[in-house]
Amino acid sequence: MKTFNYTITDPIGIHARPAGLLAKAAKASGSKVTISANGKSADASKLILLMGLGIKCGTEVTVSVEGGDEAKSAADMEKFFKDNL
Amino acid sequence: MVEYKGKTIAKGVAVGRIFFYSKEKGQVRRRSVNDISAEKQRFESAKSEALRQLGEIYEKALKEVGEENAAIFEVHQMFLEGDEFNESVISIIETEKVNAEYAVAKTGDNLADMFASMDDDYFKARAADMKDISERVINALTGSESTNAPTEPVILIAEDLAPSETVQMDKANLLSFVTRLGSSNSHTAILARNMDIPAIIGIDIDKAWHGKQAIVDGNKGLLITDPDPDTLADYEIKLKKQAEEKELLKALKGKEDVTLDGKHIKLYANIGGVGDVADVLKNDAKGIGLFRSEFLYLESEDFPTEEQQFEAYKKVAQLMAGKKVIIRTLDIGADKQVDYFGLEKEDNPALGYRAIRICLDRPEIFRTQLRALLRASAFGNIAIMYPMIISEAEVIKIKEISASVKEELKSEKIPFNESIEEGIMIETPAAAIISDKLARLVDFFSIGTNDLTQYTLAVDRQNAKLEAIADTHHEAVLRLIELVCKNAHAAGIWAGICGELGSDTSLTQRFMEMGVDELSVSASRILPVRQKIRSSKTKP
Repeated sequence: MKTFNYTITDPIGIHARPAGLLAKAAKASGSKVTISANGKSADASKLILLMGLGIKCGTEVTVSVEGGDEAKSAADMEKFFKDNL
Repeated sequence: MVEYKGKTIAKGVAVGRIFFYSKEKGQVRRRSVNDISAEKQRFESAKSEALRQLGEIYEKALKEVGEENAAIFEVHQMFLEGDEFNESVISIIETEKVNAEYAVAKTGDNLADMFASMDDDYFKARAADMKDISERVINALTGSESTNAPTEPVILIAEDLAPSETVQMDKANLLSFVTRLGSSNSHTAILARNMDIPAIIGIDIDKAWHGKQAIVDGNKGLLITDPDPDTLADYEIKLKKQAEEKELLKALKGKEDVTLDGKHIKLYANIGGVGDVADVLKNDAKGIGLFRSEFLYLESEDFPTEEQQFEAYKKVAQLMAGKKVIIRTLDIGADKQVDYFGLEKEDNPALGYRAIRICLDRPEIFRTQLRALLRASAFGNIAIMYPMIISEAEVIKIKEISASVKEELKSEKIPFNESIEEGIMIETPAAAIISDKLARLVDFFSIGTNDLTQYTLAVDRQNAKLEAIADTHHEAVLRLIELVCKNAHAAGIWAGICGELGSDTSLTQRFMEMGVDELSVSASRILPVRQKIRSSKTKP
């Protein structure tokens, strides 16, 4: 399992648009991607659960990647967060 | 005549008949079913139909309200295709052996409740999206037409409006929206603002109003039913004025920014990022007078690289296609903090370690930004502006650093505009008072009235208690602006205003008399200011 931390800089937090893209990217990665923040976690490929975490700007999230090509998925996810969130 | 007070979500005035819009929501009945796989099949085909409709709505919204506002319908598709929605519906059908309508309604309610219970306004507002989606699928299941739409221009009154309903309505028939529910954060609110019609929420609506004459005053958040003749006459005048203003503003696009006595003013826009350029072009600004480069630093976890900065500056310069783009070097500190700068907490940050003071103290940060700015200057009409100046010594030091960066680029054979304009912001009383001396050292002045006012009046602009004495029209500030213009002209350079005050049209005439050469305002204020410039004179 690979993990990294990221602090959200998007002013609205993980809102609908990037959450939708994130869910797509997580599904396409072939790995199980889990997002944790504020003591809760959700499968990143599940858009509604992901938004249910209510992650706001300035929150640090932990992203863990399990299975598949972990190194590549983790790098892709990290880039996704930097570009979109 | 009765007045109802609500909350404004989009400004403007409308007069017309009320149309009471109800969703004709057929009660969803819980029904036991025997053939579970047939029920699941019904859900699947209703879902496909709903997805198809959403695709159509997205296309319509794309044309009418732009990509950014249309995106919500793409998100609706994603919600509907997502595992949670589907798994929940299927599981309710399977475990409770019930009809698809009931399973979808229950799923929609559960998910809406989850969002409604969240503590953030943005996420709370997503409950409406969940209901919108489940209702669409239910309508597809029952085959019912969801709406009774108006056929002539009306004031539309509803319990609540889903974003897809707002978009689907024929805009020509909508004078205004009034709803009981909703929030200023909702997509419907955003759409109303985009369609430029007044809208208010929080009104206790009544079905009996259907067909009544009414007035919506979006400026005051008022709904007036059965207005008396005097009130109606008042609003007819306001309505006429509003229509004239809209026409006038339309007519002002493409016009020159020139006073009645022939002085050309540079009317520019303020931006905070690459994404703002579209608005600048839409409102026909003749350039960018203040590009706040902080966003690159605020949106980043570490110092933005020369390459990242170069790309952003170059993009804006190219989008503006030869029009002036004045980029302000970083203004971090005071109310804008960034962790990786490692700035110490200060008792008095507005008077502290910020902006050019950081740049001169940590020249490696400054040099990176200057290299990026100069390199980008090869791709458009870029000028550089330095903030928070108080002395000649600072300007001399800046010029030394800038000259050395230019030498460095030359030796690396990297192209840049060698005659790039470099100016300073006048936002401290010190700089305003010695502007005669500073004018000899730079190519232009841009007056930052927000800070200039706070420092001149010794009134903290973040302190709400002081709002009453934060007099932006204070004679001391206006005299400093006049002094700065006079000193600029004596040295043969131009002076402009890029603070909030620049868009205050009650002062435009005064600014013209003072000799202000440039006004840089937020994009939405460009046309009102243009109108004022065109009716002003440089002499009283």
